[in-house]
Amino acid sequence: MSKNSPITKTFTKIRNFTSPLGLIGSITVTIIVLLAIFAPWIVPHDPFAIDATKRLIPPFWVDGGSTTYLLGTDHVGRDILSRLIYGGRVSLLVGLFSVIISGVIGLLLGLLAGYLGGTWVDHVLMRVVDAILAIPTLLLVLVAIVVFEPGLITLIVVIGLTSWPQYTRLVRGEVLSVKQREFVQLAYTLGAPHTYLIRRHILPNVVSSFIVVATIGIASAILTESSLSFLGLGVQPPDITWGGMLNDGRNYIATSWWIATFPGLAITITVLAITFVGDWFRDVLDPRLKQGGEGNE
Amino acid sequence: MAFIKRSFLQIVPTLFILTLIVFGLVYVAGDPVVSMLPENATQEDRAVLEEALGLNEPFYVQYVNYIKDLVTGNFGQSLQYQEPALDLVMERFPATLVLSLMALGVAIVISIPLGIFAALKRNTVLDFLISGVSIVGKAMPNYWIGIMLILFFAVIIPIFPVSGAESPIHFVLPAVTLGVALAAEITRLIRGSVLEVIEQDFVQTARSKGQKETIVILRHVFLNSLIPAVTIIGLQFPQLIGGAIVVETVFSWPGVGRLLLSSIETGDMAVVQAIVFIIALITIVANLLTDAVYRILDPRIKYK
Amino acid sequence: MSEPLLSVNNLVIQFPARDKDKITVVHDVSFHVNQGEVVAIVGESGSGKSMTSLAIMGLLKSEGEVASGAIHFQGRNLLALPKNERRKINGKDMTMIFQEPMSSLNPMLRIKTQIAEALKIHHPDISKKAIQEKSIDLLRQVEINNAEAVANRFPHQLSGGMRQRVMIAIAIANEPQLLIADEPTTALDVTIQKQILSLIKNLNRKNEMGVVFITHDLSVVADIADRVLVMRQGKIVEEATVFELFDNPQHPYTIRLLKAMPTLETDTDTIDSLMDDPAQLERLEDGPFQTISDTHFVRKKAGADDEG
Repeated sequence: MSKNSPITKTFTKIRNFTSPLGLIGSITVTIIVLLAIFAPWIVPHDPFAIDATKRLIPPFWVDGGSTTYLLGTDHVGRDILSRLIYGGRVSLLVGLFSVIISGVIGLLLGLLAGYLGGTWVDHVLMRVVDAILAIPTLLLVLVAIVVFEPGLITLIVVIGLTSWPQYTRLVRGEVLSVKQREFVQLAYTLGAPHTYLIRRHILPNVVSSFIVVATIGIASAILTESSLSFLGLGVQPPDITWGGMLNDGRNYIATSWWIATFPGLAITITVLAITFVGDWFRDVLDPRLKQGGEGNE
Repeated sequence: MAFIKRSFLQIVPTLFILTLIVFGLVYVAGDPVVSMLPENATQEDRAVLEEALGLNEPFYVQYVNYIKDLVTGNFGQSLQYQEPALDLVMERFPATLVLSLMALGVAIVISIPLGIFAALKRNTVLDFLISGVSIVGKAMPNYWIGIMLILFFAVIIPIFPVSGAESPIHFVLPAVTLGVALAAEITRLIRGSVLEVIEQDFVQTARSKGQKETIVILRHVFLNSLIPAVTIIGLQFPQLIGGAIVVETVFSWPGVGRLLLSSIETGDMAVVQAIVFIIALITIVANLLTDAVYRILDPRIKYK
Repeated sequence: MSEPLLSVNNLVIQFPARDKDKITVVHDVSFHVNQGEVVAIVGESGSGKSMTSLAIMGLLKSEGEVASGAIHFQGRNLLALPKNERRKINGKDMTMIFQEPMSSLNPMLRIKTQIAEALKIHHPDISKKAIQEKSIDLLRQVEINNAEAVANRFPHQLSGGMRQRVMIAIAIANEPQLLIADEPTTALDVTIQKQILSLIKNLNRKNEMGVVFITHDLSVVADIADRVLVMRQGKIVEEATVFELFDNPQHPYTIRLLKAMPTLETDTDTIDSLMDDPAQLERLEDGPFQTISDTHFVRKKAGADDEG
């Protein structure tokens, strides 16, 4: 990529802007990603190993806990900390890849609708977007799960295929406004080909807002994934998910609070960290989005 | 009149696309025939049944038949319960709706004062605290909030019952659970909205009249900041119902959520379709209501 | 001579700055307004004229604060009054109209509600019928013909000029002693400007109402004001009657403002070039007031007389 390409500039802008929350967020995300990648070499115990003699050991700071199992063990004696580290893998994979799918679909359809703004293609697409947004995302995903076997790939594809409309709406709006600007109008009257217009003028202007929304999209995909795993419809055991761990711990909440508490914390921290990064991107790239859409009169 | 016409134009295509998606999924899911027949059924038995159910017709014919059924309120028979799917859903739906509306109530009661307060005390410790809590609130999975509330208010300090929906006290934890996440969203919104309005000249006009600050805030600032807020609250409704489905399982709430999950597990497509359809319908109605409220609130729209 | 209606003494307004000392936006401003007198404050944006008027009304945004000085109104020190007492003066004895008639009325309330609000605040026991009669009467006073119809409308249904009339109706609802008008005609087109100006002037004469008229436009001043204060960078640089100011301007900045008036057909770049020259700026800013006549003062450094 050339040094002066709009995308390179975008990332330079991000680098040159510091915000404490953005910094905390990106450091946290980096740590979570590293933990997930190197999980097999890091975990203190085998996260899958069942040991009936080690059941329900509390975290080390609670009476009866030991530093061998820092965050305690679950109902079948597996080390919570090790499972937490492994559980991040599924969340991150689903978050990242589902957003890639929905982002690409949303971006393409948004460009199409925006570029053909006002034509029947645009109208039909926007009706579809409205219809899908009228259904709770979780519900759509649940229905799709009936059709396909639950599992990692299904989850990625299904979340990806159901959450594109928000990108389409965003990109379409951006394209419509960019199209009105003089330089684009001028290029058009000068007879520039459509693909050139999209690539050279429209796409670079859409990129900023898109990156911001996509980042937040990763966070919501992780939340959706964990909900499904919690309901037993996501990634299936023995694969480890935070949602699944929470579901295990639910029944032991009265006696062993730590089983359900730590995975919830893990999800919250991850989502929060990604949100911080997203907000940071937004502040740098697209101050207009700051108000979150309210008051647009 | 124009409003009704516009709403109609909005609903019909949405419903069309919705039915297409739902029906398409079922079509892709394959025939439910397999699960209706005994294990030892022959090919001929299958063919007869498929013929009887119209499953050998092309996609569009099946779709048209499906729409005809829907219009007459026939969502098909539940395999699990051997009852009309719609009856099953309507039986449980009120509980879900009540839960969602109560959560909305909780969210509004929490978020409006907090949002206004955060805006008025902008950039103070209080503002950062409120904004911080609402960001964290949004990041927490709602079922986890539910479990934590159970831990604190049913296990450690046993005030509230854990499950069921028999008496008003049973409503507290589920409604709060579902309301908290929404409250986080609305607080942020109200804050932003109030901040925008408070800078406007007419607020200074009210002060120059000698109006009390509390009335300036409530009558002039808050009233105007409601307009954008209402729209966004309306848009939150699908996610609210979606959240209700998960929260219901945490509290064994006798709503549509648990029915949906058991139907998914047993592949009871008729019930799943009915649920999706009803929820989408409710969402559309909620959007129309939002639109209507918006119109009532904002005099600038009526006369355009 | 009796005590003035409003007197501002050595007013200093500051805003907090990020890492340094506070920024002073109004330096040591003193002036007075007599009963029934129209005093214009002229200056460009950032000269501190609006800040001064907001301070008089007690409407400075939370960040800005009066650091020192005193504001006396009808013999009372406004800055020393408790909030409750201070509020009772606003809208009753002292009112304000703003620059943007488009945004200074609440878009969600009918005109009659907004007029009624002004009446009710200071007369809590007033009857509905009285409110209605008074509202219509007020709208007629500001020369709105179809007063009944206008009362029932929402702000967005009125033109800019009509809205400003409504704003004035609200401002005079309780027959105030002092009206502060912050660039009330700037957002309006020229014909409407003239009408609003003559309306304010009429109300001033009829009700013996003091007016502080804030503007950046000296040509407006000639039509309405009795006395003029020229403000620049938070300081009053010249004070004079209208006649003296136009006839015998002393401060180079005033002279340039006068030259910049479109009617005098001099080139308008002069103000800009003035701003570009730090040495000249320096010369203009500080220095003691010199008395030209009983009613004419100018802030000038010795030896700067021949500038301009």
